[in-house]
Amino acid sequence: MMKPGTRLKSAVCDAEIMIIKIAESVELTCGGQLMSEAPEKTEGDADSMHGCLIGKRYVNAEETIEVLCVKSGDGSLYYEGQELMTKDTKKLPSSD
Amino acid sequence: MNIALLLQMAAEACPERCALTHEGRHYTFSELYNGAERAAHHFLAAEVKFVALMDVSSPAVPIALMGAAMAGVPYAPINYRLSEAQLKPLLDRISPAYLITDVEVPERQGWVVQRSEEFMNLALSGENPELTWHDDPSAVAVQLFTSGTTGEPKAALLRHEHLVSYILGSVEFMGADEEEAALVSVPPYHIAGISAVMSNIYACRHIVQLPNFDPEVWLTLCAEESVTSAFVVPTMLSRIIESLQQSAMESEALASIRSIAYGGGKMPVPVIEHALALLPNVNFTNAYGLTETSSTITLLDPDDHRAALGQSDGPVRARLGSVGRPLPAVEIEIRDEGGAVMPPLQSGEIYVRGPQVSGEYEGRSVLDGAGWFPTRDAGYVDEEGYLFLSGRADDVIVRGGENISPGEIEDLLHQHTAVSDVAAVGVPSEEWGETIALAVVTTAGQVITEEGLREHVRQHLRSSRVPEVIHFVSELPYNETGKLLRREVRQWFATKAL
Repeated sequence: MMKPGTRLKSAVCDAEIMIIKIAESVELTCGGQLMSEAPEKTEGDADSMHGCLIGKRYVNAEETIEVLCVKSGDGSLYYEGQELMTKDTKKLPSSD
Repeated sequence: MNIALLLQMAAEACPERCALTHEGRHYTFSELYNGAERAAHHFLAAEVKFVALMDVSSPAVPIALMGAAMAGVPYAPINYRLSEAQLKPLLDRISPAYLITDVEVPERQGWVVQRSEEFMNLALSGENPELTWHDDPSAVAVQLFTSGTTGEPKAALLRHEHLVSYILGSVEFMGADEEEAALVSVPPYHIAGISAVMSNIYACRHIVQLPNFDPEVWLTLCAEESVTSAFVVPTMLSRIIESLQQSAMESEALASIRSIAYGGGKMPVPVIEHALALLPNVNFTNAYGLTETSSTITLLDPDDHRAALGQSDGPVRARLGSVGRPLPAVEIEIRDEGGAVMPPLQSGEIYVRGPQVSGEYEGRSVLDGAGWFPTRDAGYVDEEGYLFLSGRADDVIVRGGENISPGEIEDLLHQHTAVSDVAAVGVPSEEWGETIALAVVTTAGQVITEEGLREHVRQHLRSSRVPEVIHFVSELPYNETGKLLRREVRQWFATKAL
């Protein structure tokens, strides 16, 4: 079962994500192919290869889904056909 | 979700960047990561309940912290200054452990005890083991014995989800440029020492460790390592300022520094005013947090400091004495003794809620049903949500049924030129139940009488705030992170050991 903290890998590139916030049923794809904990490598969908970048947080428009990219890749992330966008986070001064 | 992810990402994104400098030796992010993996392998083989570190800051700190996380074993740093009698009960509570220390400890069944040099040799050489991480967000990552300014130390538990939430919510990944360097001088057994490691690693910022704080060495390291940021406790900042004033040359040591964060204890307003005047190009940030909240929960940012300096009085100026506003994911409430939520400007106990808040001790959570943590700190918020602290809820002096915050009297007297430091505590009184006693350190070369102090308090505050007992002392007792040990001050008055 997927829950916050679960890590998923792309089937088409090096990308890895960690779930931060999740909806009840979730099918995340990267480069057009389903992500999972141990996917079989396959070809990506050429139209879904805009890349994802380590350290960025990605959300859907409603912000019901949020993931952290923990390893960059060539594929881009989708939930229910909608491409996830990088989340704007307020930059805070260092306090440690 | 595991705090080791923070290091894994840094090592993935900038493997060859300098991660840490200690006594002139440099370590890259990939060296720290590989070291943590090897350490995890040794921790697992030892079949222990805890990984403990009882030492000053060294590269063993991030490697043991992250290695323990990978192995799924809680990390318990311990104060290396404890006496044998204080130490024994703590070690009993983490048995059996893999203990990294240069202190001689009696042999214990099932324990691995290593000197830090021996541990580092194991961590920095040999094959990289095949390792599957333990990946449970609700597993305990860190167990910290709280400073125990009151009574027996409590073991606060911080789970991976709390610490990771804090870092993801407050630090931008790889937010630091390659030339940035953070000077870390807080001890590794303090929450600020843990969060300094995690925050700077996630920002991919080079950490420069200063194991034993000394203002001269601090300034020298700033110059030698081109330090750009630092975290200090109030007493460190006072001593750095003193040092700077004694030698004009030394201000050049701070040529590269851009930001200083402070916290860990109450900062006297005159000290921060002085620092702002002396270092006008430095961004100052005040951070307030507790062990049980995974470090910082509120921030007074550099713009708040500048806005306050731009006013001569009024509510904006007063914010130099504030700890600022909550982080985006953190909520704050002020409640009275009956639990009612107080409006702005009314004092009560500070409650906090958010994904980084653990509020849990060995086997016991003190969160209420809705997830709020009672901090035992007293304070209020102003009209715009800036939080002001007035001391520990337990420190409130109850005189004839009236609640008096020691902070109110201390803040007033800190502004007096003849007063260099001051502590107000409650002492037993037949007439009032409790009455106010004052321990005062006078400024060198200045004179003030007991009556002069009483008159000053009477003029500015209500007559119930006038101290009954006043003693002049050479200095006040603080712990190493700048927290006033009120228990000891009360003890002075109780035993008349003055």
